[in-house]
Amino acid sequence: MPLTALDIYKILPKTNCGECGVPTCLAFAMQLATKKASIDACPYASDDAKATLAGAAAPPIRLVACGPKDRRIELGKETVLFRHEETFYHPPAIAVRVRTDQPPDELRAAFDRVSALDFERVGQTLRIEIVALEDATGEAERFAAAAREADAAGLALMLISEDPAVLEAAAGAVAASRPILYAATADNWEAMAQLAKRHNCPLAVRGRNLNELADLTARIAALGMTDLILDSGSRTHAATLADLTQIRRLALRKMFRPLGYPALAFVTANGPLDQVVEGTAYICKYAALLVTPELEPWQALALVTARQNIYTDPQKPIQVEPGVHTVGSPDTDSPVLVTTNFSLTYFTVEADTEASRMPAWVVVVNTEGQSVMTAWAADKFNAESIARAVTDSGIAERVAHRRLVIPGGVAAISGKLEELCGWQVMVGPRESAGIPAFMRTQWRQVAAAAS
Amino acid sequence: MPVELMRESWPGKIFTVTIGATAAEGGTRARTVTVGGHAALPFLPGDAPSPHRPLVAMEVLDAVPPDWPEHLRGPLADVIGAPAEWARRCVDVYGADLICLRLQSPHPDWQDASPDAAAATVRAVLAAVPAPLIIVGCGHADKDNEVWPRVTEAAKGERCLVGVAVPENYKTLVVACLADGHTILAEAPIDVNIQKQLNILITEMGMPPDRIVLHPGNASLGYGLEYEYSIMERIRLAGLQGDKMLAQPMLAIVADEAWKAKEARLPETAMPVWGAAAHRGPAWEAATAAAFLQSGADIVVLLHPESVAAVKRAIADLTAVPAGT
Repeated sequence: MPLTALDIYKILPKTNCGECGVPTCLAFAMQLATKKASIDACPYASDDAKATLAGAAAPPIRLVACGPKDRRIELGKETVLFRHEETFYHPPAIAVRVRTDQPPDELRAAFDRVSALDFERVGQTLRIEIVALEDATGEAERFAAAAREADAAGLALMLISEDPAVLEAAAGAVAASRPILYAATADNWEAMAQLAKRHNCPLAVRGRNLNELADLTARIAALGMTDLILDSGSRTHAATLADLTQIRRLALRKMFRPLGYPALAFVTANGPLDQVVEGTAYICKYAALLVTPELEPWQALALVTARQNIYTDPQKPIQVEPGVHTVGSPDTDSPVLVTTNFSLTYFTVEADTEASRMPAWVVVVNTEGQSVMTAWAADKFNAESIARAVTDSGIAERVAHRRLVIPGGVAAISGKLEELCGWQVMVGPRESAGIPAFMRTQWRQVAAAAS
Repeated sequence: MPVELMRESWPGKIFTVTIGATAAEGGTRARTVTVGGHAALPFLPGDAPSPHRPLVAMEVLDAVPPDWPEHLRGPLADVIGAPAEWARRCVDVYGADLICLRLQSPHPDWQDASPDAAAATVRAVLAAVPAPLIIVGCGHADKDNEVWPRVTEAAKGERCLVGVAVPENYKTLVVACLADGHTILAEAPIDVNIQKQLNILITEMGMPPDRIVLHPGNASLGYGLEYEYSIMERIRLAGLQGDKMLAQPMLAIVADEAWKAKEARLPETAMPVWGAAAHRGPAWEAATAAAFLQSGADIVVLLHPESVAAVKRAIADLTAVPAGT
């Protein structure tokens, strides 16, 4: 909850001295509330007042960075409960658990498997970023060696051990890459906090419930350690969702500082498909970090895709690359369809063209991610932009004919488009679901007549 | 430090909708199912316990396309082409809460099957399973309008959920559902306002608001999921805030869209980095369903037995004895 002008006025000197440049303290408070002035302008403000204002200005959920410098991962600093209210900003990192009680070559193979979980979707690289390395033997040097190995493989790290001495060995070995240290608990929090501070690493804090968690983070923050990640200790699907929801609500709506940090969730289901279901639920509802068992590629693909979807900015739709795309293996006689670069429009057209079982070329026009009718209304999908896209795409060199199919919704521009690009313009269906029927009938007839 | 939990309470409540009718109620179902009744967002019993858990419906098609994905065909091979057998398998073996029968064959581009043939299929499925039925048309407006009245008549009194009413084509279906005692599935593509407008039009024809289920879009993981997710979330929030024309339970037909995704279809040879093709389709269905359950879906419609099992387990976990918070 941001401070109101009245809240701020109460902690000002109330002397109306005017030295801040504003005639009264109340007027100054109003400026502070709207962030038009800084408390530094008041020479008489108490330290308490300064601290209160600084605290109120801090984001309700702290931004915590982990991982090596060239692949920094940022967690937290979310601002809303529902993505349509604004957007979700920092996609949850996914940490795959790997235990140290295996021979070095098997460990290396496990790291390689995690590194290989790297996909490309609509122009974005989606990967599993973190290895959650789990000390399983209590041997500090072994743990440190494994951490070095993962670090050298370019993976970000979460180091799991509740023995501060063991954790210290590994943390020291890879501190420059900012591993997440897991976990401070009621039993070890002081040592863990000091250790995290010494190595400047983010620290995960686990409580047995939200009460104990808030208690621990408050104590650790009092030691000056504030790069924290929350673990409410719940390990069931329902309780984890409930806790993640409470943490998000309390942080955003109540500015409750002890829970104003990114929160993690452990995927605990046994079945591989159940893990995908559970992980997807936590991606939707508020996990900033997902800790999973080792993932098969198909599991990872589903999870990173869910994450990409949920963390897409509702104001900035995902776009596909403008230019020529192919459906099937088109040849010089195949139809040429035109559509926009809004990913959803493109994928629908692509799927419906596939369904027609006729290979085709698709010329994608850059409409800044708008759909056909929106882009047409905004003058981004008009005769000029389509003609330019057709020329720039080089499609003329790939087909022997000169026939272009445009979406039925923009039939009105066909005359002008023919004039500008010199191609015969055919008006396709209004809805892309009509593409198969269109291909079977109109396209065939026109193509047959031409040959 | 005792943390004071934040409970949300809402002025509105989601309508309760029952699908299926027992003999006592004028039908022949051995059991009925009820969805909705929520006074809170999904899976937050701390805010308000939900009286009815989400359901898993299994889709049964009267005709499948020749290029139906191999990994979908696999477990169902022996019942494809036999909708009644297929439905029985879904209920008896896979534990479907209800059946979603899609009458695809009447589509002029498919088999152009007659309304009588569609009605016969409905009767056969009703006879084969004790579970309630969702019936979905082929999506060709003119043909649907020929088929629907015959189909609702064939299932008269069974209180099926019949769809899909769309803004361009809803009147015939509303009349048929009113005449034969069914509930209507209303779809507006990813648009809260159009969905609300459609509901108003449907209720103005005399359909009670608690005999409507919403179908707010057709998306899947990787292919517009975020739009449908947020539209569902906005509809549910509006319903809880008291908008009666958006306070209906929601249904998501996941199967069809999920299996259209390249990720569900392409063989390993085409995309080795994606991993086992046999698992990708079920994963695509299950993850899509998982997200929609979080945004308020009351019924998810699935095809593959493995995703059905996983989603059923998740719903059981999520609606188990209320957790501490």
